[in-house]
Amino acid sequence: MTPAPLHIAGERLMLDPAGLLAWPARRTLVVGDLHLEKGSAFARHGSLLPPYDTRETLARLHLALRRWRPARLVALGDSFHDAGGAGRLAAEDAQTLHRLLDGIEMLWVLGNHDPTPPEGLPGTALEEHRDGPLLFRHQAQRGPVKPGEVSGHFHPKGTMPTRCGGVTRPCFVADAWRVMLPAFGAYTGGLDAADPAIAGLFPRGARLFLLGKDRLYSLPMGPGRTRAATA
Amino acid sequence: MGTLPEPFAAWFAGRGWTPRAHQVALLRAAEAGESALLIAPTGGGKTLAGFLPSLIDLAARPRPGLHTLYVSPLKALAVDIARNLMAPVEEMGLPIRIETRTGDTPANRRARQRDDPPHLLLTTPESLLLLLSNPEAGTFFAGLGAVVVDEIHALAGTKRGDQLALGLARLASLAPAARRVGLSATVAHPEPLRAFLSPSGRAEDVRLVQVRGGAAPELSVQLPAGHLPWGGHMGLASAPEIYRKIREARVTIVFVNTRAQAELVFQALWKLNDDALPIALHHGSLTVEQRRKVEAAMAAGRLRAVVATASLDLGIDWGDVDQVIQVGAPKGVARLLQRVGRANHRMDEPSRAVLVPANRFEVIECAAALEAVRHEELDGDPPRPGGLDVLAQHLLAMACHAPFHPDDLYAEVTRAAPYAALPRRDFDDVLCFVEDGGYALRAYDRFRKLFRDAEGMVHVRDQRVARQLRMNLGTIVETPMIKVRLRGGPVLGEVEEWFVSTLEPGDNFMFAGQALRFEALDAMSAIVTRGGEGELRVPTYAGARLPLSTWLAARVREILHDPQKWRLLPGPVRDWLRLQGKRSMLPEKDGLLIETFPRGGRWFLVAYGFEGRLAHQTLGMLVTKRMERAGYAPMGYLATDYVLAAWSAFEPTEVESLFEEDILGEDLEEWMAESSMLRRTFRNIATIAGLIEKNHPGHEKRPRQMTMNSDLIYDVLRKHEPDHILLRATRQEAAGGLTDVARIGLVLARAKGRIRHLRLDRVSPLAVPALIEEGREWVAGGAEDALLAEAAALVEEVTGGEEIFAETLAEVTEGVRVRAGVVDKPRHRERHPRRNRFVRSAPKSVTGA
Repeated sequence: MTPAPLHIAGERLMLDPAGLLAWPARRTLVVGDLHLEKGSAFARHGSLLPPYDTRETLARLHLALRRWRPARLVALGDSFHDAGGAGRLAAEDAQTLHRLLDGIEMLWVLGNHDPTPPEGLPGTALEEHRDGPLLFRHQAQRGPVKPGEVSGHFHPKGTMPTRCGGVTRPCFVADAWRVMLPAFGAYTGGLDAADPAIAGLFPRGARLFLLGKDRLYSLPMGPGRTRAATA
Repeated sequence: MGTLPEPFAAWFAGRGWTPRAHQVALLRAAEAGESALLIAPTGGGKTLAGFLPSLIDLAARPRPGLHTLYVSPLKALAVDIARNLMAPVEEMGLPIRIETRTGDTPANRRARQRDDPPHLLLTTPESLLLLLSNPEAGTFFAGLGAVVVDEIHALAGTKRGDQLALGLARLASLAPAARRVGLSATVAHPEPLRAFLSPSGRAEDVRLVQVRGGAAPELSVQLPAGHLPWGGHMGLASAPEIYRKIREARVTIVFVNTRAQAELVFQALWKLNDDALPIALHHGSLTVEQRRKVEAAMAAGRLRAVVATASLDLGIDWGDVDQVIQVGAPKGVARLLQRVGRANHRMDEPSRAVLVPANRFEVIECAAALEAVRHEELDGDPPRPGGLDVLAQHLLAMACHAPFHPDDLYAEVTRAAPYAALPRRDFDDVLCFVEDGGYALRAYDRFRKLFRDAEGMVHVRDQRVARQLRMNLGTIVETPMIKVRLRGGPVLGEVEEWFVSTLEPGDNFMFAGQALRFEALDAMSAIVTRGGEGELRVPTYAGARLPLSTWLAARVREILHDPQKWRLLPGPVRDWLRLQGKRSMLPEKDGLLIETFPRGGRWFLVAYGFEGRLAHQTLGMLVTKRMERAGYAPMGYLATDYVLAAWSAFEPTEVESLFEEDILGEDLEEWMAESSMLRRTFRNIATIAGLIEKNHPGHEKRPRQMTMNSDLIYDVLRKHEPDHILLRATRQEAAGGLTDVARIGLVLARAKGRIRHLRLDRVSPLAVPALIEEGREWVAGGAEDALLAEAAALVEEVTGGEEIFAETLAEVTEGVRVRAGVVDKPRHRERHPRRNRFVRSAPKSVTGA
């Protein structure tokens, strides 16, 4: 795993190919939309999806925590797929989560899927989290922002043209002001970074970092370039 | 005569008819209370034969209630048959009510039908299952006397057929006295159809009534007047000849193999249409209204020709069609005969049909098809086991109907032929899946759809579950489609969503017989204007091209190998084969000819497998993988119905070892699990089984959170519960449905010890068509990640790490050339004209595309 450095607001951040962002100076690890218990949320509505998504997501998170050994973990909102999600955690998964967060300061930024703090879990819930020049929030704010906004919400993915056709992967989207994280959950799909909803936040263009097995693949995105969105 | 009671005898006599032998035979079977399968060519009064016993019974003993249920694969057919039956019923003044019930039937009429059923109800497999899932199904069907299944050959062996077979099994429980009648076109193997129809799942319980085809069809092959094309599949070089044939006949159906071809042939004909003959277009992506309009015009005799795809293979009889033209190779004999039978629906007159091959190989294929027809040798796939996903849907539907005991339902299900060999374990696992997902991790007890009572009876949880089932019922999983709408005008039809996603505003494409310009995408449809110009793209559709059937492939090999048979072929093709014999050699009947030769700085390897494009495609993937390991640096490959061609940087020397049989075990397994094919199969299975919600074409899109990418589910499930019933079903279907894997096995087994490798100094005549073929696959050389690295490095190199350079990137990637996708979108099915750059630019007239 080779992380890629990203400089924003004078800080050196590391983009992890697993889809997380590390801030070594502050021993902080940041993770985007986890959507835990998405499977059981669907099951409530009659789609009995395999109930292994939470365990899969936590297993991936476990690897990242071992790699970075952070003092603080920031989850950028939509950590649970819905407000009742934390209550539906299987006992075993809840235990895993407790174990993972042991000794770590956990900050739950609230998202649109989980507007209330998760019940029975360690950590602090907050609307936004500011640390030095960096501002952690769920959804990027429209219009100009001060350099240093870190957000999730949109589940960006990008397509790299190769000689064997386009290869699509979840990606980071970054410019000099903001960085957007890909969704982290096992059941999270993606939205094309060229979609106006994302591209509109980067009026001067952006750089996409597509997630690979061991490294990131960087790809520029022109300003305001919009294509017909593909599902 | 004395075979028919009054008023039927008089009615027949009044039209100068005598009952035909098979009509009488069905009548006798009905009198004995036996089920019967009628196999007859089109035009034999098949439908009337199926209904006659019911009409006679009802005329003799009028009584209220549903008497006969008719099931057809096509809505339109059900409607048309209902209309046709009305005539005799009214003329004889019979007290018989005939109605249809399909997805289009308004709710109030459905409600009335439930309270007061007609005597004859005409419907589709999906509507039948809906009826069966009703709690009142028991009383509705209690008095049922007969079930007539039309075009049974088109249903058996498909998932819709599986669904119908299960439905019939349930009907047999509700109405044990009901006999069954199957109506089928001529098929190679009637036994599986008999079993499919049988109430016991055993063929011998169904009486077989077979009508030998009346006059043999008159088939001929038409070649273009000018040069005989080397490649291409569209057959446009023959447009003038096709047009001339249309002018000479009264009414012609021009059958083509793909929707894209339909658009192009239609366009080509209209360019020649100086006489302004009424020629229409008919394919599955046009709007229903448009298709109905064309069908009505055809029925009213207002058309001289219609260019059609498989959308007209089945269906309504048009007595006036006196000529069928098949453009492009027929690919299978049974299908060819079915199409030929669309001409002249009178049994005693021969059907007239013209085959128009598009290239030299297709000429041989047409000759092979003609021979097969002459020898009455049909092709057909053996029956496959019923789908577990269809079973899952059925189990839920049955629970919605009434509580059941698993033992009873298992017994009932195994009386349906496709499920006769269903292991109890699979049945139980499917039932568990429907109940609560059936996962080893019992997480969904709260959300279960079914529950069992103390007696072990299975109940459905609530009405919401039943509603959800009815929304998602059916076994046809649509590819996401987008409507094409004229700006400020009507909807023209639908194209696949991925095709629209490749369009930029201002791009031009051909659809519904018109040149269109793509303007914008709104929420629901692609907005277009008329009058596109320049390079027109043609939308293509998933699974559009059928592979060559095994039977036909064997005959093609036979003709190639035996110069005696070359008299069947026209001069230019004979010359071509002779030249091949001189420069290289002709493929042997058994064995595998492989040529290698240098060309344009690379080495080409051409293997003459003759096992169909899909088989060659898979083989290409496996062989290039081996070439990579052997250090030949393969760069790409291409598969046609006849050959596999691969090219590499270095000369492949140990060619025999590339084609060793163990290639299948060693690489296939690994490739399969990761392949897009398995993911696609899983998506269909998960949808039909009810794990993910169906796309409802034309309906408002769900919010993004509500749709779920089946690939993500596949990955998680494969990792955490690889033996889950849905994954087992996926593997079973892929292995069974993947006849091409079996066919690769055939090629390799045949070739064992008989590989003839010829090292040539230049391309051989037989290899030329392959080299100008479109639709190449590129070797992924390891994995996606390697490609990403390469592309990223290339971009870096050109731009020196500059931040914003969309323009430059576009140029670079233009150079890199995005091609057929191995990933994500089914782009490889598309034939982008601009991509022709890859094809060593053959002039358009040569490729015919």
